[in-house]
Amino acid sequence: MTQDLVVSLVFIVYAMGMLITFGTVLTWVERKQAAVMSDRIGANRAYIRIPFTQIKLVWWGLFHGIADGLKMLLKENFKPRTYDQLAYAIAPWVVFTPVLLVFAVIPFGGVVDPGRIFPPLAGWFDGRTYPMQIARLDAGLLVVFAFSGLTIIGTMLAGWSSANKFSLLGGLRAGSQMISYELVIGLTVLGLILIFGSIDLGRVVERQSGVVLGFLPAWGVVYQPFGAILFMTAAIAENKRIPFDLPEAESELIAGYYTEYTSMKMGLFMFAEFIEIAIVGALFTTLFLGGYNLPYMSDAGFAFPGGATIALGHGTVVAIQLVTFLFKVLLVCSFQILVRWSLPRFRYDQVLSFAWKFLLPLALANLTVTAVLLWLVQGGVR
Amino acid sequence: MKVSYPRKKYWNAPTLTLWERAYLPEILRGLGITSAVFLRNMGRWLTGRKGALTTYYPEETRFDYAPLNRGKHVLTQRPDGKPQCIACNMCATVCPAKVIEIEAGFDPTDLAHPKFPIRFEIDYSRCVFCGLCVEACPEDAIRMAKETPALTSADRHDMWLGLEELLSWNPQRDVAKPYPAAPAPAAIGRQP
Repeated sequence: MTQDLVVSLVFIVYAMGMLITFGTVLTWVERKQAAVMSDRIGANRAYIRIPFTQIKLVWWGLFHGIADGLKMLLKENFKPRTYDQLAYAIAPWVVFTPVLLVFAVIPFGGVVDPGRIFPPLAGWFDGRTYPMQIARLDAGLLVVFAFSGLTIIGTMLAGWSSANKFSLLGGLRAGSQMISYELVIGLTVLGLILIFGSIDLGRVVERQSGVVLGFLPAWGVVYQPFGAILFMTAAIAENKRIPFDLPEAESELIAGYYTEYTSMKMGLFMFAEFIEIAIVGALFTTLFLGGYNLPYMSDAGFAFPGGATIALGHGTVVAIQLVTFLFKVLLVCSFQILVRWSLPRFRYDQVLSFAWKFLLPLALANLTVTAVLLWLVQGGVR
Repeated sequence: MKVSYPRKKYWNAPTLTLWERAYLPEILRGLGITSAVFLRNMGRWLTGRKGALTTYYPEETRFDYAPLNRGKHVLTQRPDGKPQCIACNMCATVCPAKVIEIEAGFDPTDLAHPKFPIRFEIDYSRCVFCGLCVEACPEDAIRMAKETPALTSADRHDMWLGLEELLSWNPQRDVAKPYPAAPAPAAIGRQP
């Protein structure tokens, strides 16, 4: 009992720390990647001077995130004269909190046996094993969608309670856009659920650990390449990043639904956006890129198609799984940043017709084809 | 009677091929271009070369300015090293940004040019680099060079350049404009 509590606390601290770190580091990654993509140097001036020396640590501008945070904290806390102060005050939190909660059901590693990693504690743990996931829920994917649905309320609340026309327009746009793309995301994932037969994310990842056709890793992207593209598109749109950043289009709406927010309240919106990049990365990794699985690797070690095997200890396997997951998430995040700095923004009507007239029919077609193929594979007409 | 006035066409309507209208291939091509640039630059950074076109400004300055670039002012010198300026204040008068300050001095020993600048200062925080001072100068005493002065500062009052900086141009070594050789010392007093 106590053991379960300790392990859960360790997982929660790890997951929260990872998300916050991702949120901070991604601001730097975004700046630097954009700079390198456009032949620039990027942020490189903020430094930390070691006290009493003239040694300045620049570290490729890594400390600009700290400078930003400090600036956000020290800025004037402007309050608009709105009649709905409560909604205005809680809107950033309504956006920020669900984003953190989504990660509770995402598995970031395989099954861990603490007794084998820390032999002195073997007696205390008594052979218990834990899947590396904060909450192993049967309704995993539904929880993800439920919590990301809450974010919509936050953005609309912010747009409504700011008593500003730009904010209101931004909130309207955010609401319609996010609801449209939420639908598309759900439909694209349905095909995958049909194949894996479960919405428990831990089980979905376990089903991706094998090999298909003898050499291909059994990842979701192999089963559903089309679904993966649709999911990525819809996820970027739901995160309101640039090709779809109509809710906060600065050339039209100043900053959209958070025009009236200053200091750390605005920082929370930004932070939520960056954490959501990591969340989208984690979801895409979990659903389509095999989660923590490396190709040909199982809990015992590597078993390559040729027949060669490499046996690994339990601690090594757990470490490899954790690093693999982080690396895949970072890769997907980097891809999202690449998209954000490459593509021009859509027009508002294009965004919505893209969702309803293009992505939605394609997602439905994808679902139908998957269902028919599965039916044929599983026996067809009997 | 209804008359139709055909609207004049000023441009050719852009036409997209079927491939371009399919959208996704072109999007992927664009992403390919940007990621190729990213990988190229990243490879340069990782192998110790510079993967950017920009310069770290105060630490690193460009050398390839155009010869006609109006970067900073220089005061031309007489063969004996004194400024050719006669402190007539014409440049200070014509200057639209009013950045030139001249304090004149009197040198009775130099009969040909008794008036000379004690102080000649330009405020580069306000200078607009229009070159009117060069146009106005009757003595060809001020010119503009292509180099830029090192002015990086946190205080705008530090952005003044004085005589010693403006006289740094060495005419003897300028190949583009051959400078007359120094006249014999005896000839100076007999000029009309």
